[in-house]
Amino acid sequence: MLGLHHYLLQRITALLMAPLVLGHLAVMIYAVQGGLSAAEILGRTQGSVPWLLFYGTFAVAVSIHAAIGIRSVAHEWIGLKGVFLEAVTWVTGLGLFTMGARAVWAVTFA
Amino acid sequence: MMSDFLKVTIERGPDARNVRQVFGVPAYKSQTVLDAVSWVQQNADPTLSYRFACRVGMCGSCAMMVNGVPRWTCRTHISKVLDGNAVTIGPLRNLPVIKDLVVDMDPFFDKWIAAEGVHHGGLTREDQIAPVDERSAERIEANSGIECINCSVCYAACDTVAGNPEYLGPAALQRAWTLLNDTRDRGRDAILAAVSGKGGCHNCHSIGSCTAYCPNELDPMSAIAGLKRETTKSFLGKGR
Amino acid sequence: MGRNLRMRAAKEITARAHPLWFAYILHRLSGLGLAAFMPFHFWVLSMAMTAPERLDGFLKMTEAGVVKLAEFGLVFLLAVHMFGGLRLIAFEWLLWRHSQKNLVAGATAVSFLIASLFLLKAV
Repeated sequence: MLGLHHYLLQRITALLMAPLVLGHLAVMIYAVQGGLSAAEILGRTQGSVPWLLFYGTFAVAVSIHAAIGIRSVAHEWIGLKGVFLEAVTWVTGLGLFTMGARAVWAVTFA
Repeated sequence: MMSDFLKVTIERGPDARNVRQVFGVPAYKSQTVLDAVSWVQQNADPTLSYRFACRVGMCGSCAMMVNGVPRWTCRTHISKVLDGNAVTIGPLRNLPVIKDLVVDMDPFFDKWIAAEGVHHGGLTREDQIAPVDERSAERIEANSGIECINCSVCYAACDTVAGNPEYLGPAALQRAWTLLNDTRDRGRDAILAAVSGKGGCHNCHSIGSCTAYCPNELDPMSAIAGLKRETTKSFLGKGR
Repeated sequence: MGRNLRMRAAKEITARAHPLWFAYILHRLSGLGLAAFMPFHFWVLSMAMTAPERLDGFLKMTEAGVVKLAEFGLVFLLAVHMFGGLRLIAFEWLLWRHSQKNLVAGATAVSFLIASLFLLKAV
């Protein structure tokens, strides 16, 4: 159900995300002080290529990573197989990517 | 202080989960779980089916679920597993039940073959016996897994096997790892391909129940991690 | 009957539980939790483009104590999923075979500290 390519993609996206998660945690702890506001968040991210790359990479990696993770759980806990399992994997991955890319674009260059 | 009688619940029939029978078994010193099962078969119900052979932890045929944990029943003192004065004994998990405490081991052994857990010889009877360096890193790795007696305790303990029936499981993959590290075995490519398939080593989540419950204190979880590393290296074009 | 079966199933699982099994279930549940939260997270952020005034409304909601507690939970899930995952990769690729139990405990403790720091800064 998980082949070598699933395994490698899962580990590579994980390693790619580790520093991004640390960065995200740091930003969250910093930004939450004094409450959150749209102006504060957008002031940081709007028009910024580095933030676009940071969160863009994050969105791509998390889509792949979550799709493979959900695939494991769907097979082991719900018993999905064959085309249904492929469908869940791809819908999760493409769905998260679409929503993630849209969100990243919204806070940077929209 | 143990009471005079033990309350032994045995899961019966192929549909074991729904048929549970309770037996009063006289308690005595140094009694094993297998002793209790044998007492039931000899004194209470001769139709009870179960497997054993050596009774000393060598043959690997008497493994059963004891209070939800897979164990060699011959090497498990009943006093160590009693819950009050009660114990529940069932057929090994993750394998089809034939009758009562007897499971069909075929899927387990078929997966040994599927994982290329067979010797891939490269020499003929005309050749010299290949020297084995006992101190090489590969031999130490191989030695750490060769005491496996195919009892299927790790296979029954594995939650990944439970949810993913195609998964080859800890015993077969540990065997593949042992052969991969054996200088006499020439099946490297076949083994790496076999453990990279749909039910291969990459399905393992390193839950470690195999290592936690192996009665021989082997470490299949680390062996499988070794396979993941070797298949990765081989894929990335190194390690050859 | 159904309840009995469920209780028996639960007892069977807990009978076999051990520290690395706990790490596995924590990793799996945190992953599921994060995957479930992500669409909502992305949807709210997209409001910066579609409905900026609603975005501020949503962000105001984070002032509520219950929401802060939920955020604490999410930060913990994110941290513990990352540290737990790094432990797995270290085990698989760097041969960190020993002290896996300590690494699990350490990863969980550090994640809890990070989430607590977040909560302290949030209130």
